[in-house]
Amino acid sequence: MTHFNKLTPSHIAELKKLASEVITGSNIHEDYFHDELAGTPHPPEAVVRPRSTAEVSAVMKYAYNNNIPVTPRGQGTGLVGGSVSLYGGIMLDMTAMNKILEIDRENLTMTVEPGVLLMEIPPAIQSMGLFYPPDPGEKSASIGGNISTNAGGMRAVKYGVTRDYVRGLEVVLADGRVMELGGKIAKNSSGYNLLQLIVGSEGTLAVVTKAILKLIPLPPKSITLLVPFPSLAQAIGTVPAIVKSRTTPTAVEFMERAVILAAEEFLGRSFPDKSADAYLLLTFDGNSTEEIEKSYDEAARICLDNGALDVFISNTPERNEAIWKARGAFLEAIKSSTTEMDECDVVVPRKLIAEFITFSAALEERFGVRIRSFGHAGDGNLHIYILRDDLPREKWESTLQSVFDALYAKASSIGGEVSGEHGIGYVKRPFLKESRGSDQLELMAAVKQAFDPKGILNPGKVF
Amino acid sequence: MKIAVCIKQVPGTTAVEVDPVTGTLKRDGVESKLNPCDLYALETGLRLKESCNAHLTAVTMGPPQAESILREAFMMGVDEAILVSDRKFGGSDVLSTSYTLAQALECSGPFDLIICGRQTTDGDTAQVGSELAELLQIPHAANITEIHSVEDSSISATTLLPGSLMKITMELPALIAVDESIAEPRLPSYKLKLATADRSIKVLSLEDFADKDETHYGQSGSPTRVVRVFPPEHDIIQERWEGTADENASKLADFLENNKFLQIAR
Repeated sequence: MTHFNKLTPSHIAELKKLASEVITGSNIHEDYFHDELAGTPHPPEAVVRPRSTAEVSAVMKYAYNNNIPVTPRGQGTGLVGGSVSLYGGIMLDMTAMNKILEIDRENLTMTVEPGVLLMEIPPAIQSMGLFYPPDPGEKSASIGGNISTNAGGMRAVKYGVTRDYVRGLEVVLADGRVMELGGKIAKNSSGYNLLQLIVGSEGTLAVVTKAILKLIPLPPKSITLLVPFPSLAQAIGTVPAIVKSRTTPTAVEFMERAVILAAEEFLGRSFPDKSADAYLLLTFDGNSTEEIEKSYDEAARICLDNGALDVFISNTPERNEAIWKARGAFLEAIKSSTTEMDECDVVVPRKLIAEFITFSAALEERFGVRIRSFGHAGDGNLHIYILRDDLPREKWESTLQSVFDALYAKASSIGGEVSGEHGIGYVKRPFLKESRGSDQLELMAAVKQAFDPKGILNPGKVF
Repeated sequence: MKIAVCIKQVPGTTAVEVDPVTGTLKRDGVESKLNPCDLYALETGLRLKESCNAHLTAVTMGPPQAESILREAFMMGVDEAILVSDRKFGGSDVLSTSYTLAQALECSGPFDLIICGRQTTDGDTAQVGSELAELLQIPHAANITEIHSVEDSSISATTLLPGSLMKITMELPALIAVDESIAEPRLPSYKLKLATADRSIKVLSLEDFADKDETHYGQSGSPTRVVRVFPPEHDIIQERWEGTADENASKLADFLENNKFLQIAR
């Protein structure tokens, strides 16, 4: 992949004819050199901010003909380097294509450009009684980025992930061809599902320029239960019983007191309860207060039977805000409590989460490093953060490697996968290879070759 | 020590429509909830209950369905609940509400300390606390941000004034209205829900009061005449500025200063 051409002044002059906004040289903001988890900076040679599919197509065609690597990027909130231009070239910043094009109340779909932010979706559809269920924690992420990583979020337990809500895509292929995949249809058995191949492909197969998202009627009521437990093991050990009951929570999150305290300090506001070592956070939605009360009643009893200290009920916007604001700040709070950190976003069968968490907690002592975790207990997706604190650089890097090796080996041994929702990017590539094996990676490479024969789209990512 | 906390049931959302004909809030079909500011009053009372071994009574005035917020107060840890409810209390303004509550507290007390929230999210006057204290002829202070101590006969606390904090000591009985910075309210407990499901709620009506003169209550006891109720106008104006970062920054600073969002020291 070293055959790429560097951008020359004449390339840049050409690009300026093709796209509305081209940023070069010292005008490229340092933010473009990395994503949310920082790491080694990789500056692109030019940032192109297209305003239309036609511009994306023209830029891709030009890049293809001139062997220039292209890295598509949304808000840059990724955590595995997926939107970092490892080989320089063009960074295709899609955030200026940020219009909600249509809300179709008959077909229950909305059509958006990729730069629309996740946080912009609810206000646009809520008043119409519509709901887009995927709920990743990072609300300032773009929907294009969510599609590229197949982002999951908290409501996956009941509603599934981004993939389940993408009905159609308009994409630009590496050579500039524009293609429509899927559409406003609920069923489809027409050949290979290329649409779903694009979802989660981290910008390596095509550039998403438009998406048709599936919506559902908004459940009018919701309630959150905050459940304190004497220990994390007891909290997580209760999850399988809740999930297999008839209660169907929309979210089952776990959190520890240390993380709650960090969030309190970060936000400068106190959390409604911090008497216990560990908590489960359950949400229920439904059509009426009675319906929700019925399902939370059963869940509350299961929790108490499994050793919960109490079950706290959050039933108003003010109460929910106090809880979910803290939950939303966990990542930033942990980040600001240390000098540097890296994360592991494994997903394991949910029955084995307790085993995995116990394993990862023991690594703290074994390797002499601070480890914090929180995550989606209901779907088996964990977010484990390894914190550098005062460790010298070399010691940090070797410790991190050892901790990662141990975590991924354990996940693999119990039937887990490398990433639940953050993707592979370039950071997690070795672990993907380890877990999927060379046969599967060869198949992926063949797919990549079919879509992008010159390998110019987001090179160095996924495998 | 006996403490009373005054609470109120309010519409569950701020998006309540105003009936253009009658000028009243359309409450039909709108969920209700415990007034958010009162959660801080309850939390203050509950903490005093824990630290001074006080007996805590929640009092609300409202229709029979206001019982649900008293049940919620039980779920937070309140010992006793009183519902002040009578058709004759309907249409009360601030004065009449305060008078009704004063009567209710007098016939169910005596209380050493009465705690109110800052204001309700529907009436929004923030005056019931002070009027209630004046009617009961007890000392009172609003915007309490911290309680330092509660002795047998006095309370010391900090009250927030515009631009300063004042430390005060009042003789008991007294009334305080608390600011939201005082403490993060606890959540209702499912365990307490189960434990208090059968606990009875005392209902007080005009019959129970010392002053039984109907003209002192409800609409007839309310000197306030509401001429018209209308939703406030609001507007979102969007402007787009093109220019360098420096140009836009100074333009933004000017904008914020001119519109009195901030004062720039020169």
